[in-house]
Amino acid sequence: MIELEYTAISELRGPLAVVSGVSGVGWDESATIRLPSGETRHGLVLEVDRDLALVQVLEGTSGMSRDGTRVGFAGSPLRVPVGAGWLGRVCDGRGAPLDGGPPVFGTAAAPAGGFPLNPTWRVPPAEPVLTGVSAVDLLTTLVRGQKIALFSAPGLPHLELAAQIAAQSHVGGEPFSVVFAAMGLTHADAAAVRDALELRSAAGELVLLLNLADDPVIERVLTPRIALTVAEHLAFELGRHVLVVMADMTSYCEALREVSAARGEIPARRAYPGYLYSDLASLYERCGRVRGRPGSLTLLPVLTMPAGDITHPVPDLSGYITEGQIVLSPAIPVYPPIDPLASLSRLMRGGVGAGRTEPEHMDLAAQTLAALARARQAGELAELVGAGALSATDRCYLDLARAFTEDLLRQPGDEARTLEQTFERAWRVLSVLPRRELSMLDPGVLEARYREAA
Amino acid sequence: MAAVTRVNGPLVEVDGLDGAAMFELVDVGGVPGEIVALAGEHATVQAYEYTGGLRPGARVASLGAPLSARLGPHLLGGIFDGLLRPLDGTGMWLEPSLLRTSERRLWPFRPSVPEGTPVAPGTPIGAVSGAGTLPYLVRSPGGTVTAVRPEGRYAADAPVATVGGRDVTMEWLWPVRRGLPYRDRLDEQVPLITGQRVIDLLLPVRRGGTVAVPGGFGTGKTVLLQQIAKWCDADVVVYIGCGERGNEMADVLAELRELADPRTGGRLLDRTVVIANTSNMPMMAREASVYTGVTVAEHFRDMGYDAVVIADSTSRWAEARREFASRGGALPAEEGYPADLASAIAAFYERAGLVTTLGGRPGSVTIIGAVSPPGGDLTEPVTTHTQRFVRAVWSLDRDLAYARHYPAVSWSGSFSRDAAALAAWHARNGRRDWVVARTRVAGLLAEADRLSALAELVGTATFPARERVVLLAGRLLREGLLQQSALSAADAYCAPERTSRLAGLILGAVDDCLRLTERGTPAGEVETRDFSDVLRAKERP
Repeated sequence: MIELEYTAISELRGPLAVVSGVSGVGWDESATIRLPSGETRHGLVLEVDRDLALVQVLEGTSGMSRDGTRVGFAGSPLRVPVGAGWLGRVCDGRGAPLDGGPPVFGTAAAPAGGFPLNPTWRVPPAEPVLTGVSAVDLLTTLVRGQKIALFSAPGLPHLELAAQIAAQSHVGGEPFSVVFAAMGLTHADAAAVRDALELRSAAGELVLLLNLADDPVIERVLTPRIALTVAEHLAFELGRHVLVVMADMTSYCEALREVSAARGEIPARRAYPGYLYSDLASLYERCGRVRGRPGSLTLLPVLTMPAGDITHPVPDLSGYITEGQIVLSPAIPVYPPIDPLASLSRLMRGGVGAGRTEPEHMDLAAQTLAALARARQAGELAELVGAGALSATDRCYLDLARAFTEDLLRQPGDEARTLEQTFERAWRVLSVLPRRELSMLDPGVLEARYREAA
Repeated sequence: MAAVTRVNGPLVEVDGLDGAAMFELVDVGGVPGEIVALAGEHATVQAYEYTGGLRPGARVASLGAPLSARLGPHLLGGIFDGLLRPLDGTGMWLEPSLLRTSERRLWPFRPSVPEGTPVAPGTPIGAVSGAGTLPYLVRSPGGTVTAVRPEGRYAADAPVATVGGRDVTMEWLWPVRRGLPYRDRLDEQVPLITGQRVIDLLLPVRRGGTVAVPGGFGTGKTVLLQQIAKWCDADVVVYIGCGERGNEMADVLAELRELADPRTGGRLLDRTVVIANTSNMPMMAREASVYTGVTVAEHFRDMGYDAVVIADSTSRWAEARREFASRGGALPAEEGYPADLASAIAAFYERAGLVTTLGGRPGSVTIIGAVSPPGGDLTEPVTTHTQRFVRAVWSLDRDLAYARHYPAVSWSGSFSRDAAALAAWHARNGRRDWVVARTRVAGLLAEADRLSALAELVGTATFPARERVVLLAGRLLREGLLQQSALSAADAYCAPERTSRLAGLILGAVDDCLRLTERGTPAGEVETRDFSDVLRAKERP
């Protein structure tokens, strides 16, 4: 099609350009902006009003002037080439190559915004993604098609953990890929992620989209959408099990807030736009499994809670949409600092058990959590009255908490544990307690696996 | 010719719509929308679908009616989007469109009124079978029946009778933002049995009542609502997934398909209408979904049935209204919500009620709305306004949920304004011990709460024996009566008789302990008795 170009820019303000005299330009269309210097920038139409188009310039309007700039419109909302060609590639936040390779051409193009998946076509998630991280596999099992958030206070190794999960995860022998969307990461963090995922990339199982901290903020709004469009195709058309990691969602939401402020919208909580929930949902809801299709799309949004506050709008709204959370806490002294009691996988019950992991998995997880909760109470009491005043049973619980932290939770960032190894450790930890305390486990299983510490 | 002049997300401005009416449905370039403001020949339209690619100059056509629900025999057992368009049998991806499917099913109709009979408006003139678990009643507009089609199979939109000169079909359209008419409201108070002990005993809801369920994320709101959808003793359940998770809707659907209705033996889905407008489906259809849901419930109420609307969650509906108001430049009131938030919430809940239908039968609509307060903050506007207009609040408590106490309904932070009247109903209906049990359980829990707050400061060792037994009673009531596992086959549903029995069993054990301490048995000895039999009673059928 012939792309008409317009040169009448009537206003430049923040990241926005108002183009006048246009015709036939639709809302949410993508635009190409050519500067007199020959530089090309990209844009999205935020509003059309008769012959005016309000264009958000992804790379920002810095250096743009009203004269000599030409704006062309694509005639449709942004489309992304999709296909297996993405596997093994490293691109920027807009999908342009950073690895020196040719542009990624797809077998087809799909709208970056995606379409909602018909709820009647969804299959309830029911098989695990094994991460090789003991605390996750045992207590907050990831289920194929699930969305589970990784919440962290600032300064904790959430990216290391996300990268470790991305590097180690698998679904038995079936084809598996990772799409990693980085939003506003620092160069150091991005380099660490690239290192951690090098093997996966070399195996052609990784798509890496990097929008770094000094990249255009507005481009950040696009990065997860491109990642998800690529991932949806890999999952639902090519039948792969795809894990999408999106880090850091707090940066993404800040970018969204910046756009909203530039547009003069009425702010809602903490000046985030009133549609933050809808916007996050339009990303998070793109996970799932589809009736009659072999693949799955599992989503792990990673976010830092500003000041560690879980009721901040970004973690709060994420928590309302995701199906559970893995919470990192500064109170946990080892890596990974997962707080098992604050973490929850809502879909775990459907994803573990006989034929999936181990028959006693759910009971074992419940028993471990119950014991850790009791240990926490005993620990608080010990701080008040001294450990000496605790009952013998309560002291056993304190021993259990220590054993849990040292033997099961503590795990090097490059160690991938099999499910068997994780279960072995779990039984060793529970065997610290007297057998009578393990009331949530089946006597037959206890007979087989409980080995009281000498 | 009418044409689009401005597009900003779901806000579309249109010129040239002469003679259009407020809230009339329009087609803006292939996307459905609704007129929300008129100024001269200039109209503001809220589009129900994604408007990507919609451009100024696109053609606009008036569809001549406000947003209306198609009410017919296809509803029970069906799954719909927020505009009541069927989702079953449509494509995997939901692309914007005006209409998704057309339906050509034939329904077995059996007339019940002979020709020549004068009938009042709302009187059934025949029934359709095979449309869910209930007979679907075809009602007359009133007048003399001049023609009735014989028993047979007909399309839903084919006339099956002529009454007062008008053709009567099995289905009809009704504008969703207006309540269906009825004859009178009834004051009678009859409980809706939910099968959840903490609710039925302490915080009951009546047929035609209204309930809000506020709770932060992770407090088990969705599981509780699903339990009620599965087990409450209504004839029809309308479950609205209003901006909630897709995987959860898939789960609800799978369970309703598998589970048998204890009263009819059929599938639970066959007494349910599911409206699934998940969080990433169009935002304005989410706003409409609570109205379509209530309209469907009223439709079954008018056949003389008891219907329940479960909306998860009304906060998403309020947020959709806020989002649109803000795009349209409306002045924001509290936290950016439009100033009409309180009246909109009140009007929605007021569509509940136990009524005498036009046809003269009693029927009811009960509304149970989840509220998702941001940050778990119960002082935010949607929660506070909702609490003013509902008869009962089941507040979900994060501490209870973290302690894995489900359902995490806070007995101290919740209320039911119908509790006394409903307890009296139980007494009239052969459960004389209900009132006594309710009063004692509530009293013991309140006292135990007060004492345990005190015990956290001074320890229990200094408490007199009676107070220590009260603390013990609190624990026994929580663990043996209030906790109820949604996953237990024996305990997911609890009939009132069983609730009564369990409460009696625990109160009996408490009385034993009180008697022992009065006779001088040390409290420490009473506390270490084995109560496992009392606590496990709920796991036995």
